[in-house]
Amino acid sequence: MTASPVVPSPFLRLRQWWTRPSAHPAKVAQFDRPLAPWLFVAPQLLIVAIFFYWPSVQAVTSSFYLEDPFGFGAAFVGLDNYREALSSTEYRNIAGFTALFAATVTALSLGLGLLLAVKADAVMRGAGAYKTALISVYAIAPPVVGLIGMMMFDMHIGPFTKAAALFGWEMRVGIDYRDTAVALITVAVWKQIPYNFIFFLSGLQAVPSSVREAALIDARSGWRRFRDVTLPLLAPTGFFLLVINITYALFDTFGIIDVMVKDKPANNPITLVYKVYLDGFKGNDIGGSSAQSVILMVVVAALTVAQFRLIERRVHYG
Amino acid sequence: MAEILLEHVGKTYPGGTQAVSDVSLSVADGEFIVLVGPSGCGKSTLLRMVAGLEDISAGTVTIGGRVVNRLEPAERDIAMVFQNYALYPHMTVRENMSWGLKNRRIPKDEIAARVEEAARMLELHPYLDRKPRALSGGQRQRVAMGRAIVRQPAAFLFDEPLSNLDAKLRVTMRGEILKLQKRLGTTALYVTHDQLEAMTLADRLVVLNGGQIEQVGRPLEVYHRPASTFVAAFIGAPAMNLLDARIEAGHLRLAGVDLGRVEGEARAVTLGIRAEDLQLLQSGGLPFRIDVIEELGAGRVVHGFVEDQPLCVSLPSGAELPAQLHLGVAPEALHLFDAITGKRLPQSVHRSAKVRA
Ligand SMILES: Nc1ncnc2c1ncn2[C@@H]1O[C@H](COP(=O)(O)OP(=O)(O)OP(=O)(O)O)[C@@H](O)[C@H]1O
Ligand SMILES: [Mg+2]
Repeated sequence: MTASPVVPSPFLRLRQWWTRPSAHPAKVAQFDRPLAPWLFVAPQLLIVAIFFYWPSVQAVTSSFYLEDPFGFGAAFVGLDNYREALSSTEYRNIAGFTALFAATVTALSLGLGLLLAVKADAVMRGAGAYKTALISVYAIAPPVVGLIGMMMFDMHIGPFTKAAALFGWEMRVGIDYRDTAVALITVAVWKQIPYNFIFFLSGLQAVPSSVREAALIDARSGWRRFRDVTLPLLAPTGFFLLVINITYALFDTFGIIDVMVKDKPANNPITLVYKVYLDGFKGNDIGGSSAQSVILMVVVAALTVAQFRLIERRVHYG
Repeated sequence: MAEILLEHVGKTYPGGTQAVSDVSLSVADGEFIVLVGPSGCGKSTLLRMVAGLEDISAGTVTIGGRVVNRLEPAERDIAMVFQNYALYPHMTVRENMSWGLKNRRIPKDEIAARVEEAARMLELHPYLDRKPRALSGGQRQRVAMGRAIVRQPAAFLFDEPLSNLDAKLRVTMRGEILKLQKRLGTTALYVTHDQLEAMTLADRLVVLNGGQIEQVGRPLEVYHRPASTFVAAFIGAPAMNLLDARIEAGHLRLAGVDLGRVEGEARAVTLGIRAEDLQLLQSGGLPFRIDVIEELGAGRVVHGFVEDQPLCVSLPSGAELPAQLHLGVAPEALHLFDAITGKRLPQSVHRSAKVRA
């Protein structure tokens, strides 16, 4: 993730650049030789081509073939791989869990991230040192948090498992479907909260204090001030995070799932991405796995377009 | 509409900055009070304590007979206009004005009527459905005024509302604010460091210095009888000349020249003379050496020295001036201040029998 937390909405900048290129004439460099700009972007283009376009094309191609598991050849089977994936009950169940998982993780990590940010913001107004301390901790944490989270649910030493046991809930993560689902969601949310927290916090800090003060005079109820003034001003940040979080829940949770299900995917909840990996790399069904990844690609693209179409228009950019 | 009463109000910021100390002031219903003073003297702090945006460290603030020290800003029945307007950027002009009313559960048609009325007064009709970012600075300023007006508060609080506007617009808006306040008859506290704004708007001026009240009075009273050298130097442009002079044997002497009779024993005093109270003489009077001349069109301000003390004189534009001038001043136009404390001295200067002033 390359976006910097100090900018509330990277999309805004992207959009401004896209729709009004002449609005910042000072930033537009003029090149005398038309070759120069291409040379500058060439390394980036190369990386995108090698690691993104090429595999995508490969995936689409091989999704139409049935490949011999031992690599002795491939037979063209048309849409058979797609038909097979979409008609399989197992695939549909996994798709169902994936949707549930993505929705829950996104909602919880956005909600909790926002809640923490609002609380931190209230304490931190004007206290500069405090702010730096809080943010630096949260900025370091995410990769470590994922690992720690998995240990927390360890069947033998995990404190969460022990805490659950106190309430008579014998958690068997990696063995029981529902227990694993709870653990997966918890750790995935936990890992994403700091990221959302930082963005929401910087969004909150960007709300001018005089606007807050005007609201303080205009409305007695803190909830109304939050709902009618703060929240709309945070919307661009929220929208950006929504897109990022859904993508995170769909793809970046792979590592968490891999550790939790511990090679016993049979009766454990997994997401579509993990299924792609299982079928392709464990099951050696390259064609089926490719078809699944193409389906996933289409779904994500559709989702992103829908988000931009439906929500982005209602978001207010300063 | 209400009176505002400040009693021994003080503010100490966390960290120990004493921003305001022991300020007592009684503002009558419908009065326009201007708080004026140099940067950092505590004007904003005082205003924000009345608004409820800062805690009050000492004393009490009473608005319309209610002690408001412990009330939320929204409960104090005040409306504030901020320097940077502080409009809600995601709301239209109409929503900006009506949101505060909605939160007070005022009926819909009443809200509509008030917004309508304010829009008419401020000529905001064409912009009602625009967002603030699509308005000019002056229009935003008017929306901020409108948001305050529709509330029909007990008092308006203004914190340098015009300082982000250009000079011409500032003069126009100044007039509009004054007209509106008089028409509505709403008590107003207005903070500025622009003394021209202060002079033209105020029913009474409050001059603050280092968190304390230096002088309270009608603008002309403050102008003609400044209570201290601080006020004398702050109010009026060009600033009042402050010179080291002496009382000797019942006469006020500056640069060896007798300026008039004055009571009191021999001592050093600070003598205040407004630039426009000095006149050219053919001979005699104060010897004045010209340094720089500022031509202002309608007149000129001449900077120079009496002995080694700097002095400036307002003169009508006209012919070339010689390098040396003779200046005279009427004794009634002289202000005497204590040389050490800077406080105004009670005695006044009278025409000497034998000396021509
Ligand atoms: N939040 C704060 N914490 C600590 N000190 C503060 C705070 N706000 C203001 N001060 C201090 O209090 C004093 C008065 O500040 P205030 O803002 O009231 O001045 P002002 O008269 O409005 O000045 P200006 O004309 O520049 O706006 C200043 O010395 C300032 O540094
Ligand atoms: Mg101020």
